[in-house]
Amino acid sequence: MCCGPAGISVVRRGNAGREYDVSFGKTNLQQLINDLTFQAATVNGSGSQSANLVLTRAIFSMGIPVAPKNVFPSNIEGLPTWYQLRISPRGYQARHGDPDLLVSLNPATWSADVKAVRPGGAVVHEEAYSTAEARDDLQYFPVPFSKLAKTQIQSDSLRKQLTNMLYVGIVAGLLRIPFEAIEHGIQRTFQSKPKAWPVNVDAARVGYEYWREHFSERPIRHMLKPVPGGTDGLMLIEGNQAAALGCVMGGCTVAAWYPITPSSSLCENLIAYADRFRVDPATGEKRIAIVQAEDELAALGIAIGAGWAGARAMTSTSGPGISLMAEFSGLAYYAEVPVVIFDIQRIGPSTGLPTRTSQGDVGFAYTLSHGDTRHLVLLPGTVAECYEFAQTAFDLADRFQTPVFVLSDLDLGMNLWMSPDFKYPEKGFDRGKVLSAADLERLQGDWGRYRDIDGDAVTYRTLPGTANLDAGYFTRGSGHDEEARYTESPEIYARNMDRLARKFETAREAVPQPAIESSSNTTVGLIAYGSTHYAVVEARDLLKERGLAVDYLRIRALPLSKAVVDFVAEHEHVYVVEQNRDGQMYDLVRLLLPPELVGRVRSIRHYDGQPIPAYVITRPLLELEAVPV
Amino acid sequence: MPTAAVNRIGLARDAYKGAATTLCAGCGHNSITNHLIKALYEQGVEPHRLAKMSGIGCSSKTPAYFVERAHGFNGVHGRMPALTTGAGLANRQLILLGVSGDGDTASIGLGQFMHMVRRNVDCTYIIEDNGTYGLTKGQFSATADVGSVQKRGAVNTYQPIDPCAVALTIGCSFVARSFSGDGKQLVPLIKAAMAHAGTALLDVISPCVTFNDHDGSTKSYSWVKEHDNEIHDVSFIPYFEEIHVDYEAGTAQQVELHDGSHIVLKKIAEDHDPTDRLAAIRLLEESRERGQLLTGLLYLDERMEDLATRERLPERPLRDYGEDDLRISREDFGRLMAELA
Repeated sequence: MCCGPAGISVVRRGNAGREYDVSFGKTNLQQLINDLTFQAATVNGSGSQSANLVLTRAIFSMGIPVAPKNVFPSNIEGLPTWYQLRISPRGYQARHGDPDLLVSLNPATWSADVKAVRPGGAVVHEEAYSTAEARDDLQYFPVPFSKLAKTQIQSDSLRKQLTNMLYVGIVAGLLRIPFEAIEHGIQRTFQSKPKAWPVNVDAARVGYEYWREHFSERPIRHMLKPVPGGTDGLMLIEGNQAAALGCVMGGCTVAAWYPITPSSSLCENLIAYADRFRVDPATGEKRIAIVQAEDELAALGIAIGAGWAGARAMTSTSGPGISLMAEFSGLAYYAEVPVVIFDIQRIGPSTGLPTRTSQGDVGFAYTLSHGDTRHLVLLPGTVAECYEFAQTAFDLADRFQTPVFVLSDLDLGMNLWMSPDFKYPEKGFDRGKVLSAADLERLQGDWGRYRDIDGDAVTYRTLPGTANLDAGYFTRGSGHDEEARYTESPEIYARNMDRLARKFETAREAVPQPAIESSSNTTVGLIAYGSTHYAVVEARDLLKERGLAVDYLRIRALPLSKAVVDFVAEHEHVYVVEQNRDGQMYDLVRLLLPPELVGRVRSIRHYDGQPIPAYVITRPLLELEAVPV
Repeated sequence: MPTAAVNRIGLARDAYKGAATTLCAGCGHNSITNHLIKALYEQGVEPHRLAKMSGIGCSSKTPAYFVERAHGFNGVHGRMPALTTGAGLANRQLILLGVSGDGDTASIGLGQFMHMVRRNVDCTYIIEDNGTYGLTKGQFSATADVGSVQKRGAVNTYQPIDPCAVALTIGCSFVARSFSGDGKQLVPLIKAAMAHAGTALLDVISPCVTFNDHDGSTKSYSWVKEHDNEIHDVSFIPYFEEIHVDYEAGTAQQVELHDGSHIVLKKIAEDHDPTDRLAAIRLLEESRERGQLLTGLLYLDERMEDLATRERLPERPLRDYGEDDLRISREDFGRLMAELA
């Protein structure tokens, strides 16, 4: 048995923010308020996720910004899993890395987990674990979790899950989370299961009482303090849930999918929303069809068939599925069929690291299919954009009659993020150029499926089932003329290819344009996209503190806007930050630039499977931009 | 001027024709196209409601050769079932007619074929089955029988996949086999397949005159004619015509289809009840062992719900719903935001 070093001196200072000067063990560090990373190291399948969510919801309800990250294995039960909860006064949502407060309930990772705790931190652990190699810069809080569970938790069937609630109580005590906040967290986590509230509250209270009895005289370096109104107007939502809501609001009526981590929860959320909001209570009829397909080929095929027939149709997948969708993506591009494809990126292929995040599909998705193919790709950087771009994607697919890819990733899609409330859409759907029976009546047969009437290279289509004998046409791949008749004529083929290229140029300015923040006169710029956004936000603050202001352009779609060229032209050095090995966006940016600007662009890449932290950006910038120490 | 004959919706037979065929003269597929034209014309199918779906191969080109004014979608190889499934979900009012081949269905598309059958998508699924890859010049397909000989002498040693047997095993609600040269049998089967609500499989042996019509082939005109074992004489009475019973009791079976039409099966070779799935499987296997090609309606289940019905989709096409029908109301949206806070 071991415990943390005794003799902590606490000096009350009374100023806001950092209230105490404390020395913890052999460290001499200030006490920190609302500024720590909590980590629970558990075994997957043990039910620890609920406990972690309870803590997250409890802290969030205190008005304190939270940024949770779930680091989980590709496994059902028995492998190590970690949950990191970052709490920072400014509400940074990027991963920070090493924890300050560790709860260890996994003997297999115990030793390594303790090594990673930052000096001055605290470790709550199962009493039985060896502390022979205890660090003297940490405080240790041994808890007889197994014993407490056996004696204090009555339910045999729930004992395993509720053991995790014991550490919720201990952590609540250590961090000074009011127990009422824990009760709120339990009610919020088990929102639809009020019967689960009392047993969870009881278990958390066992832990809380244990803290009171054994640890309440031992303050730790980090504590939490409620911030009245601190999280007002904010919610917590996963990107996949946000995207599913966007699909509902964007008018999706056909969805087909094949289960794959990390995209499955998108369609599972869609199913839940559909059951709630798309069923006619009077008739039981459902205004959406969601099909679990036999594979990703079929999933995209079903969506394309539906898009061709006029529905707003989507599929959702991840890298391996995207690989399988290559042929159909090409067909939809050439046959000009609207369809929306969500790619929640992960590492792959095969059993690569399927539960780790990545931005590795950008180049592949952009040109998916053989032949000359270019796709519209939306790059949401926030959960709000997952919601918004899902709707935009359906509009763009209909407007440009082409596949639209929405590239999210595991980090954005499967973790909870703070976000302001989503906006109710004010505009109606843009269904694009569709000729009705009345239009055809007026045209008296004078229309062709692939005629460029408006000069924007976007042609008019009819939907099967349109009650006019002129409506029908034959859809096929690239070998067709303006009237949709089969041809192998070289001139006509080349003409169609050129029109498709022009259509892509029309779309270039119609897709979401970059978000640019250039608040200062600086010669340094950052370009990023997707979930890398949060690390950039934090990095810019950190760099500013060091005297280096950097401008920021966040790419929100492909094809790249010409604003990217202007941004590079306005800065001497521009760093493209992304989460893949090969600098895929870096390449696309350079391809866009005139030769004299290419040399200004540099690449920062992060590709270890964990979400990018801010220091990956600040370190090279401080070095390369020669910021004095 | 004599006026051309028209069908019940006022269209002449010519309205059901398509572009000129580009297949070989004598190709079985061209006969099937003509039988389709006849069936669609006689049934008075509205061209705008018809969606002709196909994959890749000689068979999959044929939708261009009938009902030119209907919509058609020539998709990718072996993936017609997925496209058809999606189109049917988007618009239940479409009449979906899929045309595939033996390579398209039994090789590259076997998975999609089986899963479409599992889901019982409401469509007619015609396999123009010649046991060979024509467009790539004569390789064996997965329906080629063991021991059948390629034009250049190679012998197939792999077991054949019988699409009808596969379909029966996984619960297809309508399974029939026919021969491209037998319009008398095929036309009523096409009509019945279209009247059926669910996946109606028609495996039509359709000889390839260029690559698989020689001695040693079991998909040649002469082989099929010599070995055709017709279960029954098939006739079809559409819902819009009165039924005239002109057969002796006990010699024929009449089954009512989803739209009120009837299929009448007069016994020829076999005493087969087409609502008995196990009997159909047994008959198919026995016939194969005897070296015969069994044709006719093998199995029919009119009770099974099709996909759109099981998904509780409204009769109104999903594609016709707009913002007001599909978006969450402002009130509910506000409530949802509050729940997430």
